[in-house]
Amino acid sequence: MRSIAVAAFALLIAAPALAQEEAIELKKAPGLDKVEGNCAVCHSLDYIQMNSPFPNAALWDAEVTKMIKTYGAPIGAADAAAIADYLKHNYGS
Amino acid sequence: MISRRRLLEGAGVGAIVAGSGIGLDLLKASAASLDLPKGLPSGLRAEAVLEALPGKKPLIKLTYRPPNYETPIADFRTAITPNDAFFVRYHLADIPDVDPKTWRLTVGGDGANGRLQLSLDDLKAMPATEVAAVCQCSGNRRGLVEPHVVGVEWGYGAMGCARFKGVRLKDVLDKVGLKKEAIELVLDGADGPVLDKTPDFVKSIPVAKAIEDGLVAYEMNGAPLPHFNGFPARVIVPGWTATYWVKHIISITAATKPFDGFWMKSAYRVPLGRFPLLARFPSQDTDSNTPITEMVVNSLITSHDDGSNVKAGAPLTIGGIAWDAGYGITTVEVSTDGGRTFTAARLGEDLGRFAFRTFSLPVTPSAKGKLTVTARAINKVGQTQTAELIQNPAGYHHNVMHTVTLNVA
Repeated sequence: MRSIAVAAFALLIAAPALAQEEAIELKKAPGLDKVEGNCAVCHSLDYIQMNSPFPNAALWDAEVTKMIKTYGAPIGAADAAAIADYLKHNYGS
Repeated sequence: MISRRRLLEGAGVGAIVAGSGIGLDLLKASAASLDLPKGLPSGLRAEAVLEALPGKKPLIKLTYRPPNYETPIADFRTAITPNDAFFVRYHLADIPDVDPKTWRLTVGGDGANGRLQLSLDDLKAMPATEVAAVCQCSGNRRGLVEPHVVGVEWGYGAMGCARFKGVRLKDVLDKVGLKKEAIELVLDGADGPVLDKTPDFVKSIPVAKAIEDGLVAYEMNGAPLPHFNGFPARVIVPGWTATYWVKHIISITAATKPFDGFWMKSAYRVPLGRFPLLARFPSQDTDSNTPITEMVVNSLITSHDDGSNVKAGAPLTIGGIAWDAGYGITTVEVSTDGGRTFTAARLGEDLGRFAFRTFSLPVTPSAKGKLTVTARAINKVGQTQTAELIQNPAGYHHNVMHTVTLNVA
């Protein structure tokens, strides 16, 4: 039912992220900043680890597209490509 | 929304944990001690930890935000799952702390003759009823599906059974009066998406099912609903998967047309004819798929962890729970020879047709080595569990017979 604007939420998580989420350690590789800056607006990044390493490149592409097209994530084409590449190279099959 | 207060409190705790090696060591230790089923994705097995949400005991954390936490198998040794062990599942991360004093449930819609708002006191003043019922995520055991499908990679614990007390949906609807054209009830909770453009989690159920079994529950096992299980009130749809049990319910809308929101039209669907389900949701059918409805018959061995050590010649009891969509469990059979032969187990107390039913079978392992124990449940309409997964795109309805291997020494 409720929702808030992106800007407001970005401000909230710009302060240290939710307590426990600090324990999540994604692989340090090109594109991680785009993952943290975009994906973490709506969900913790353990979603990525949880769904690994079985997705192939096409599946990770489809996931990024789903987040944009179905869930309305405001991610530009360049960031989307960087995110998909990061996922495929670090958490794909 | 996630309250600013909770975020800041959380940040404080995080700083403490991050700043002390002890905290992180503890987190890692709890991950190591989890020993999750090997069939789960390795990424999940590496990141899952035992962790307690406010008001909960430590549960298996799959994701922090939105929170998805499952119940360890050891907490299913009784037919009723304690509130603090009950699993937590959210799709979207904007979860408000609902103030019970200002909370209102709005009932209306074009399929209703009137519209009204109920306070929590109004609801509690109405005739109450209680039902012990299994609340199970459609995707329970998704993580065990091979080949893996994307989603929350649940093991065995995205379920629980509680005594839910509340008001019959029928009585709530009688207050406004339903038109005969009403076909679905559209259910919305106070929680929602972080972004405006993300589809809010809104579900619908057939009016007939709602009237027959539905409840607006405000108590669970004799206590107010835990925050993370839908405080102050949630819809209970006994027999049907938890996707319809909308938490923090604030609006029930009687509709004369099929509701076409994302979480009905696109999500929570199974291929038409793939599963032997009797309960249907015809107003939502397409040519190729149908909404998930009732739970499939299932069981779980809870007395022994997979890989446990037992002694040759020493009697032990294999135990667990069985459940279905409310037809009623008639038999649970246990095999100790890898599925070649099965013996009927003793059924425990019957808490009602929608509840977990415990089972037990005394066994004395004679030979040293591996003892493969498998359970399968059978219900009143003759349904039983499968030996192999019935494939479907979203990994729903996993009711492959559960097997644990014991080391007899």
